[in-house]
This record gives sequence, C-alpha cells and structure tokens, in this order.
Amino acid sequence: MLALLSIGTTFSIAGAATEAPITAAERSALIDEGQRIFLKGCSSCHGINLEGSAIAPALLGVGAASVDFQVATGRMPVADMSVQIARKQPVYDEKQVEALAAYVSSLAPGPQVPGESQLNYERDGSTAEGGELFRTNCAMCHNFAAQGGALSQGKYAPTLMGVEARHIYEAMITGPQSMPVFSDKTITPNEKLSMIKWIKAVEAEPQLGGAALGRVGPVTEGLLVWTLGLGLLVGVAVWLAMKAR
Amino acid sequence: MSNEIEAIKDPGLPAHVHRRADTDPKAAAKAERQVAILFLLSALGTITLIASYIFIPQDAFIFFPVLGDTNAHQLFLGLGMAASLFFIGMGAIHWAKTLMPDEEVIIQRHEFRSEDEDRADLIATAKAGAAAAGLGRRSLIKRSLGLSLGLVGLSPLILLRDLGPLPGDELKKTSWKAGTRLVTDPGDRPIRAEDLEVGAVAQTLPEVGEGVHRKLSDIGKDAVLLIRLRPEEFNLDAERLSWTHEGIIAFSKICSHMGCAVALYEQQTKHLLCPCHQSTFDVTRAAKVIFGPSARPLPQLAITVDSEGYLIAKQPFTEPVGPSFWERSS
Repeated sequence: MLALLSIGTTFSIAGAATEAPITAAERSALIDEGQRIFLKGCSSCHGINLEGSAIAPALLGVGAASVDFQVATGRMPVADMSVQIARKQPVYDEKQVEALAAYVSSLAPGPQVPGESQLNYERDGSTAEGGELFRTNCAMCHNFAAQGGALSQGKYAPTLMGVEARHIYEAMITGPQSMPVFSDKTITPNEKLSMIKWIKAVEAEPQLGGAALGRVGPVTEGLLVWTLGLGLLVGVAVWLAMKAR
Repeated sequence: MSNEIEAIKDPGLPAHVHRRADTDPKAAAKAERQVAILFLLSALGTITLIASYIFIPQDAFIFFPVLGDTNAHQLFLGLGMAASLFFIGMGAIHWAKTLMPDEEVIIQRHEFRSEDEDRADLIATAKAGAAAAGLGRRSLIKRSLGLSLGLVGLSPLILLRDLGPLPGDELKKTSWKAGTRLVTDPGDRPIRAEDLEVGAVAQTLPEVGEGVHRKLSDIGKDAVLLIRLRPEEFNLDAERLSWTHEGIIAFSKICSHMGCAVALYEQQTKHLLCPCHQSTFDVTRAAKVIFGPSARPLPQLAITVDSEGYLIAKQPFTEPVGPSFWERSS
C-alpha cells in the first residue's frame, strides 16, 4: 500500500528540490520521515490529517511548493500569531523541509517545488520584460524597487531583497498569506523567471546616487530634506544673523 | 488714582557695542586667522574635487557609514565642491562680521522725481528720434508694423488650443465592448476561466488587433483586474452575480477617488486596496468602499466566456470609470 502510494506521488513531487533520481523506497522513507516531523511539529495546529483547525488552514492540496516556501523561509512553524507571519531563521534544515513537502504533497497533489533547471533565470529570463511585468503585477504591494510595502491593519508585503529565486517563484504560484496567486497561464513560467531576473538585477544594482534611503521614494527623501536639509539651512541662517561678539 | 496710561517713551536705538576685534588687536588677529582657515578649507575642497576627478576611477565604490556602498568618484566630487563653495561663503561672512567696519551709517534717499531739466531732455530726445524715423510721414511702414505686431499677439491664443480639445464624452466611455476579450497585461494573451486558480489575480486590458499600439490614455481607463474567489464567497445581488463567471469577478483598476491603479489584493481578507490614499474595497460585496476617501465602489465589468472558452466582456462598463468629474451624473 505504501509502495503504491509512493509510486503514485513520485510523479507529483518529481523535480522537488534535488531533482536527483530517487527510488520508490527512498521516496517512501522520505514521506515517513516527513510524517514524523509533521506529527511532532505541525499537527497541533494543522491537524493530524492536515485538516486544519480554527487557527490554521487545512493543508490538503497546498502542494510541496507551499510547504517549501513556508518552512524553508522560516515562516512556519510560526513563532507568534500576529497579523502577519514574518520571515525568520528556519527551524528545519533542507532535508527535513524536503521530507515535510514530500509528506504533505503525498496526501493531495498541489504546486511542486521548481527544480534547478526550471529556475535558470539568467538563461530564460529577460530583465526588461521582467521589469514591465513587475511594475504591473507586483509593484503596488512590493514597491517599485521590490523593497516591500504596507498593507492594511499592520499587514505588509515583505521586501524581495535577498529572497532566493526558488522562494519568489513559489510565492507566485502558491499565494502565501495576503498575496494572491499568479497563475502560470496568465504569467508564464518564463515570465516569472524574467521577474526574478529583474529583482536580482535591482538587488545587484550599485547605489549610484549615493544614499538610497531605503529606496522607498519621496517619503524618506522628503523626510531627510525637510529635517536635515532644512535644519542645516536654518542653522546657517541663525549664524548669519547673529552679531559677532 | 488715575487710570490713565502713561505714554511709553521712545527708547531709541541701543548704544553701539563694539566687537572684541574692534578693541583688542589680539582678537582681531585671531578672527583674521579664522577667516584664513575658512578660505583654506575652501581651497582644500577644490583640490579634493580636482584630485577625485583625476585619480578616483568612476566605478570605484566604498562603504560609507549610513550611506552604504557609495560611488567614491561621485561622493568626493560632491563633497569637494560643497566644501569649496560653502567655506568661501563662511569665510566671507565671518570676515564681514568680525573685521569689516560695523558702524551704522545713514544715507538719505534722493528724490524720486528727476530734475526738470533731465525730464525735458528725455522728451526732446524721444521726439527727435520719432521725427527721424519718419513714422508720421511713412504711413505704409506704420500700418504694416501695426499688422505684424497685432498678428504676433494672436500666436499665444492659437497655442492655447493645445490645452484642448474638450474631452467630450471621452471620460464616460472605455474601449470595452460586448464581446471584447480580456488579455493579459503585459503579454496580450487571452485568458480562459480555468487559467485562474482560486485566489489568483490577473491584470488585463481589452484585446486589440495585431500590431495595434494602445494609447496610454486608453490604458489609463481600460485596465481591469480579474480576481477568482470561491463562488460561495460572493455576497452580491442577482444582477451583479450574473456579471461574474464561475467565481471570477472583474473590476476597473482605476480608483474612483483619484484614479490610481487599485491592485493591492489581499487574498485572505478579499480586500482591494488603493496604494495612494488607502481606499479599501470589499471584493465580495461588489467592491463596496469599507475604508478610505473613495466615494463609490469600483465599476464592475460584466464578464462571460465566448465559444472558445476565453473570457470576454458581456457589455461595456455601465458607469464611467475612475475619479469623479464635474459632468458625472452620479
């Protein structure tokens, strides 16, 4: 039975993380390991059968991509139940995340973890196209330079600086937390790679203009000019008008 | 006891207090040195500028606290120029304030009216000039000059036309017609209903013919956001529900407050936010305004699918999209 299950799911998780050929026995061992981790670390909120609870969503059909995004970026397991679950140091190592993803996607199929060959944005992406896509689809929440931005009620769109290409890709196909899903049909995998290539280009861009001030535009720039700049001018004006002793 | 208020006497100007440098030669020498130091700092600034221009490569970056990684070439050019200009000014002012005479001197203003003699002179010169030009005799020149000057006055009026033409009904209509396909923006690919998972969004524009270039003024009115929810999550009346297709609902992306692109969709709360003034619309209730300055919901576009299964507009928008304007009926 277990072998049958694992053969059935091998297909759905093919391409997960390592992409190395993996035998059915290894696969079922991985799923067993994932189940052990899940029961110990996740089931108190997400339910023994992934059915969810009042405080956590059901995980049936979320796919390996969702598990990899949430656990490998440290968002899950959650540290505190505030309005937004923040990125933090991951609790599980890569191998454990892979096992968890294998287990969750073995019960109901969902979006897969993109493999190395699917993430070659240097080869398959176009920076210019990515910029255009980003400005139409992402910039309103994540800021025009991918620095992140505020949503309602204390929620926020996190910065995309320093986020692994794999996790950006997974976020687009799974729609974690407040983020909507960006389907492969409306934004093709290659277009997604273009966006990642553009984000990586922004990340590597030198600060030619000096202080970037968080790259959030007129708010910090205005704050600096109105406090430091104007303060300096006021100081000089006071000195000018002072009578020498 | 009298309640009369005593008139306050004019206190006059305070007595002039001499500066230390005026009385103490040591202080004067010190002030002189300070001025010289300021001027030297300025010279140093200019030398920094020249040296950075010549010696620092244009692609050199250094780490600078607070600023982060900064282009050294530009940084030192700027610092050098700032220092050279700032310290010249500082030096000049410090010089004026400490060493230059500070006695207050009164100079009376002369009469505004010119001397009678000068006035008569001016009039005579002007008349002589006019007579020499012969404007009185040569009427052809006078009239043609009048014509040319008059026409020059017309040109600004003609150029004012660039402010128009009047919008007419342009604000009331968009490119959406019954049967227009929704295509991805950018990419221009038609979208099938099954292309969108629950929780997915898509930025769309009306389909245009191959090679047709969209005008920016059209994109500014036509942009539409597609959102897919579970059909049971809708809380719509029968008409608005019939405008959706299998859980896919379409709204104008142009905010009804000031016209920003409303596309911050929170998947969990089903709220749509405008990034400019935080107007918040509830997608499940036909974009009802639940927060912020917007006065009315985002216009909903009625959608359905065509025979090939692609999403199309069922009808044009039933109300003008975007912010209020004077002639808008509601």
